[in-house]
Amino acid sequence: MEKEQRGAGALLYYDQNQNYHDFVIERNPDKCIQCQVCLRQCSYSVHGYDERHDEMRADETRCVGCHRCEALCPTGAITIKKNPSDFRDNALWTPWHIKNIYKQAATGGVLLTGMGNPSPYPVYWDRILLDASQVTNPSIDPLREPMELRNYLGAKPDAIEIINGDELKTTFTPQIPIEYPLLFSAMSYGSINLNIHCGLARAAEEMGILYNTGEGGLHPSLYRYGRNTIVQCASGRFGVHRDYLNAGVAIEIKVGQGAKPGIGGHLPGEKIGPEISLTRMIPEGTDALSPAPHHDIYSIEELRQLIYALKEATDYQKLVFVKIAAVHNSAAIASGMVRAGADVIALDGFRGGTGAAPTMIRDNVGIPIELALASVDERLRQEGIRNQASLIVAGGIRCSADVVKAIALGADAVYIATAALIAVGCTVCQRCYTGKCPWGIATNDPYLAKRINPEIAHEKLANLIRAWGHEIQEMLGGMGINALESLRGNREKLRGIGLNEVELQILGIKHAGA
Amino acid sequence: MKRVYPREEVCIGCHLCEIACIVEHSASKDIIKAFKAETPRPTARNLVEEEGAISFSVSCRHCNEPPCVQACISGAMVKDYQSGVVRHLEEKCMGCWSCIMACPYGVIRKNPVRKTVIKCDLCPERPIPACVEACPNRALIFEER
Ligand code: SF4
Ligand code: SF4
Repeated sequence: MEKEQRGAGALLYYDQNQNYHDFVIERNPDKCIQCQVCLRQCSYSVHGYDERHDEMRADETRCVGCHRCEALCPTGAITIKKNPSDFRDNALWTPWHIKNIYKQAATGGVLLTGMGNPSPYPVYWDRILLDASQVTNPSIDPLREPMELRNYLGAKPDAIEIINGDELKTTFTPQIPIEYPLLFSAMSYGSINLNIHCGLARAAEEMGILYNTGEGGLHPSLYRYGRNTIVQCASGRFGVHRDYLNAGVAIEIKVGQGAKPGIGGHLPGEKIGPEISLTRMIPEGTDALSPAPHHDIYSIEELRQLIYALKEATDYQKLVFVKIAAVHNSAAIASGMVRAGADVIALDGFRGGTGAAPTMIRDNVGIPIELALASVDERLRQEGIRNQASLIVAGGIRCSADVVKAIALGADAVYIATAALIAVGCTVCQRCYTGKCPWGIATNDPYLAKRINPEIAHEKLANLIRAWGHEIQEMLGGMGINALESLRGNREKLRGIGLNEVELQILGIKHAGA
Repeated sequence: MKRVYPREEVCIGCHLCEIACIVEHSASKDIIKAFKAETPRPTARNLVEEEGAISFSVSCRHCNEPPCVQACISGAMVKDYQSGVVRHLEEKCMGCWSCIMACPYGVIRKNPVRKTVIKCDLCPERPIPACVEACPNRALIFEER
């Protein structure tokens, strides 16, 4: 609910909720040159210019804390701060709960939000430590010794048969080489714009990794990045046709999403412009509603039918990924998915981002990816089918150390999305659902979308992968390991800190000191 | 010769190019002093044109056959054929605005105080013009075409 412009003729009283705003804007008058860059850059119309007094003003009630004005102000005159005004301390009724009740009492609506779950649940990555080599198995210096980060996604045979001394008899299903254990996770054209997709595709090509189209179809200009593309087939089936399925190297069936397990998707009609209507294959201006379930999948057998329908449609040349949200019985589901023929299992934890989700779902449904990963890897090993699928985890991977820990817990690679958006400017203001993203990311408004120059986005994304790659090599070297493959599932390299017995048992790691 | 070319598709209409131009052509070359202490505030030599989502920064094209030079009756506007730059010699300018009327791009501006004109000089003291360097989204390119 947007507040009307305050000013002459306005009423003095506003809804209670509107004055309890989250941020205050400090403008240093000695530094402000009234250039109005802040006014032009703010998509929420916070800043204004008072001509009569020749000064800048701000309506702080509208500020979402995106920091765009602060970043672009040429004199550094602006600081965005948390509003110090607070309610009486109460461990139960926090300002967050109180303000939400005011909002809902005023609107009767579901609370909406964007990005991933920000609640203070434990982050297990931060409670896991890595090992390092000392004298008995010395560490390796990646600057002087070769260090292998390449990885192959796809099912591996149970055994390899060699004939005539050196001839490989076993036939492999398709394998996708990736040069880093990092992939850009699914973000649809619609939720983000073409400029970002372009940047992701080009960076994936340069770095030898993959990006994922999300469920919005594929823009014709991006078919040329097919070797680095995963196309998605979600419950809405938007943009899915034969050429699309054949356009990439893999097809991902999206069953669930970490930010909103059990929930469908909704891209409002206003966002379906001519180009998006073309790639989604729906009329302009109509809502794109993805149902919560796939209406042809109500069992593992039916999932198998879809997996094989897609393999058949693409001549068994493409890998089929199946992505689920991390939920309580992920391990059993993952086992079923492997048996149903999935080549890659993608697990999305409850920190995963989204364009829009009901706040209560985002913050209270699903489980941490670390626990889901450990239990899925463990279960697949116990059942002797771990080799039949690669395992990719997603949902709040923040740095290269998270990646290394994920691999040691059993992942083949990780998906990153929020980190990729942060690389191009996102400040995680959680207002993706408004379509007014001031950084030009989660918006298709042509005025705002121009803020992403695909060329700059490409450079920054490639730099991020490069930087994490260097750090991963350093960490591997520190553990005396010279190939990423040797770290996978190597839980001896991990120790828990401040974790209880049950947590350690699920993670399958010892406590530090043990 | 190298010229400044705008890229409309990534210009975000922030006007930072104009601010950089003002600072570069100010007496102090300090952003805060240029805006707050120098009166009147120096004028930018480039101009951001905007209409809805479309925006781009225009500045002197340094034409091969410059209409402003042809129109100037006092010899204040000259084309330096060696560097290619169209220069304005302020001491000769008598403020008749003929050049302003002749310029097909509308990129010569009035200097309101001195009653002369000002125009882009491609920042002779810099390797890259200030506007190009300041643009946060690479919407200005300085190159030979
Ligand atoms: S961008 Fe900075 S200097 Fe310019 S008007 Fe805003 S606060 Fe003032
Ligand atoms: S600085 Fe760049 S993006 Fe900003 S208005 Fe000038 S040309 Fe456009």
